[in-house]
Amino acid sequence: MIATFTQLYPQAAPLAGLAGGLLIGLAAALMLLGLGRIAGISGLAARALGLADSGPPRAIALLFIAGLPLGAWAVARFAAPIPVHFPNANTPLLIGGVLVGFGTRLGSGCTSGHGVCGLSRLSPRSMVATALFMGSGFATVALLEHLL
Amino acid sequence: MKARLLALASGMLFGAGLAVSGMVDPHRVHAFLDLFGHWDPTLAFVMGGAMLPMALAWRWRAKSQKPWAAETFSLPATTGLDRKLAAGAVLFGIGWGISGLCPGPAIADLALNPARAGLFIAAMLIGMALHRLSRL
Repeated sequence: MIATFTQLYPQAAPLAGLAGGLLIGLAAALMLLGLGRIAGISGLAARALGLADSGPPRAIALLFIAGLPLGAWAVARFAAPIPVHFPNANTPLLIGGVLVGFGTRLGSGCTSGHGVCGLSRLSPRSMVATALFMGSGFATVALLEHLL
Repeated sequence: MKARLLALASGMLFGAGLAVSGMVDPHRVHAFLDLFGHWDPTLAFVMGGAMLPMALAWRWRAKSQKPWAAETFSLPATTGLDRKLAAGAVLFGIGWGISGLCPGPAIADLALNPARAGLFIAAMLIGMALHRLSRL
């Protein structure tokens, strides 16, 4: 079964995905049980930069956000190099960035808050939000890569 | 002090998880969203892996009086669907599909490709500021 899976999806990394997912879940659990907050990155980033009125104290939001690149850096430095491939053109980063910023604030969350925290909480709002952003992500890539 | 250390530790663990899982690579996320191309299901395993500790954490939370390092639990409502939630999620998904990036990986990528991640984050902050100005 594993052989069939790797034949079907040679580019997939299921074990690394599961391991990284466990770390992400632990991080979100620490935030919930330690600080009583959702580890929602769009909200915490907005809070850290003074773009949100609600949320934890700004120092808490800033420290969480600063931890993200620190943690990624530590893995790349001490475990294994982490390849990242960005779009070559600037336009997808600029248009995508504005839509992600506006949309996550309007919709009160992103992949971390609605996806990781909300789905595991069985929150109806988060289930609807996750279905919608996944659906529109699938549709956008289908349109851009295969129809236009 | 304890609260600040917990916030930093949680952010670092989250960033490490994004790196270990490969989710810091916009190409891998784009490949997950590309159902009709060379589909890469890795993101589904990441979500599955994250559900395990969080499902336990929600059970623990139900039995807790208060968090370890805060006075109260401050959690958002789970019910009440509205147009803002729906429109915001759809717009976010479009931007996610165009770029292969959502906020967490983009911020973690400041350590791995600061110029490209920085450009995306600058645009993302403009989007967040536009939302604030729009008073929606």
